Amino acid sequence: MIEVRDLHKAFGKVVAVAGASFVARDGEITGLLGPNGAGKTTTLRCLYTLMRPDRGSIRVDGIDAMVDPVAVRHRLGVLPDARGLYKHLSARENIAYFGRLHGLDEATIKQRTDAAIATLDMHDIADRYAEGYSQGQRVKTAIARALIHDPRNVILDEPTNGLDVMATRAMREFLKRLKAEGRCVLFSSHIMQEVAALCDRIVVIAKGRVVADDTPLALRERTGEANLEDAFVKLIGSEEGLAA
Amino acid sequence: MKSTMVVFLKEVRENLRDRRTVINTLVTGPLMAPLIFVLLINTLVTRELDKAEKPLPLPVIGAEYAPNLVAALAQADVEIKPAPSDPERAVRDQDVDVVLRIPASFTQSWQNGEPAQVEMIYDASQRDAGGTVARLRAMLDHYSTRTGALRLLSRGLSPSILKAVTVADRDQSTPQSRSGNLFAMLPYFFILGGFIGGMALAIDTTAGERERQSLEPLLANPVPRWQLLAGKLSATTTFAITTVLLSILAFSVVGHYLPTEKIGMSMQLGPRFLVCTMFVMLPLAALLAGLQTLVAAFAKSYREAQTYLSLLMFVPVIPTMMLSLMPVKAQMWMYALPLMGQQVIITRLMRGDPVPDSALALSFVCSAIAALLVAAVTVRVYRSERLAISA
Repeated sequence: MIEVRDLHKAFGKVVAVAGASFVARDGEITGLLGPNGAGKTTTLRCLYTLMRPDRGSIRVDGIDAMVDPVAVRHRLGVLPDARGLYKHLSARENIAYFGRLHGLDEATIKQRTDAAIATLDMHDIADRYAEGYSQGQRVKTAIARALIHDPRNVILDEPTNGLDVMATRAMREFLKRLKAEGRCVLFSSHIMQEVAALCDRIVVIAKGRVVADDTPLALRERTGEANLEDAFVKLIGSEEGLAA
Repeated sequence: MKSTMVVFLKEVRENLRDRRTVINTLVTGPLMAPLIFVLLINTLVTRELDKAEKPLPLPVIGAEYAPNLVAALAQADVEIKPAPSDPERAVRDQDVDVVLRIPASFTQSWQNGEPAQVEMIYDASQRDAGGTVARLRAMLDHYSTRTGALRLLSRGLSPSILKAVTVADRDQSTPQSRSGNLFAMLPYFFILGGFIGGMALAIDTTAGERERQSLEPLLANPVPRWQLLAGKLSATTTFAITTVLLSILAFSVVGHYLPTEKIGMSMQLGPRFLVCTMFVMLPLAALLAGLQTLVAAFAKSYREAQTYLSLLMFVPVIPTMMLSLMPVKAQMWMYALPLMGQQVIITRLMRGDPVPDSALALSFVCSAIAALLVAAVTVRVYRSERLAISA
């Protein structure tokens, strides 16, 4: 479970997050939805302790991220927007590297890597150097290495960025599977269909603030709109939000 | 600490698979010092020997006014050549090293027993011609002295009257010490080797990973940043040390084939040289690796990092140039300064001068402390929030 309370983060004069609060629960897929520049990536970066918030609190499975960031990272599996691989290592080696950094023993690493390769259908690239992977192959490897330590909470920053239709559908199924396993899944997106199709709860964020935190149905009812896109536009307050 | 080892092993393995890095570390870096030095020495030696043994080509103007002098010169292995129309220009254009001009008045002065002047036209700024000019001057002086002695004898006087004081030279220089200046340049090339060996990894630690978008995912792992950095620094240092070691080995092997005895130098490149040089270069390699990593951390891209590091390569040239232009007596404080200490020690080792163990220890310890300091600063930089984000 991920709890965010009154998060503030500014970079010099630029205020990225100005008081965001929400909860992502286990066994649920929570979507962080907002226009470009809303503060999604910054919020996520604070969650996986890449940055320290100026104010506010973050708790992952009850652990305070400011007090014990390393323990928090143990409990998170992260797919950031930056998901580069090591070119001279194969997919297997890329995954194993992160497994070792998590302190897993070789037997566990091998077993879980094999499982991931099977689940994500990575047989063709498993032992090939990562140089020259397609976008989809790269994302698969990045996910496999992010989840090698079997984390309870999974954070994904725009997971379908650059993926084709088939890969996007596969990703969708994958996230549903993670949810079925009882994990807490939090992903950020600005793509409406994705969010509508997947999320149990949607956190709408705009200009660094959370403007709504509810189920898709509730959001539609609240704004009186038939589809989610119109509801979203109403919630963030203006048409120009989408053009940002 | 286990994470540090994991990072170290991965960095080493990954970079060993990168052909360009391997070539730089194992070939380009180590070969630079020996090759450049060999070329330099060979050119110098052949040129010096050529000049010293070959007949001296000398254009003479007015040879008809001093037949005896010209004959004496021809006997002393001088090749008398026809006179150029514009001797000053010929010398300045470097067509000839020196021209001898004998005025018509020479014959008269000579027969009167008065000092007969000749002109030696040369260009003092031409270092190359210096040897030739000195040779000619010596020959002319010798002829003058000899003639003067004969004249005294013919007047019934002993030529030794003119020598009120005789100076006997007791030159304390050894072939080793005379070779000073050239050797002072050499340690820089070892240091350069260290730079080249570790450069790719140093850049990769920050700018490279950031550009390839792999730094942020790496930092999402539950490993404190300083441990990640320690692993990367160790890998960078290892590659740098490998290059330095190979450079020193290659140089010792090649140095045995250098004809340095022909110009009065002798070099001590045995086991003591190898061991002591490696010993003092070890902490310096770590220091260089740290400096490169630190500087690269401020670059926004791989290209920019390469530019910064190329500039950094010129910093060690400063003590090198100082030491080669102004040979100074080695003092204890010099051994304590990183870079300078290594320069002095390696130069002395090569010449076979004594280097006390205390100097070796002092240089090692001070450089090691400097390396640790730089590493500490780099850790602080590595902890910054902006590190992982592409600029």
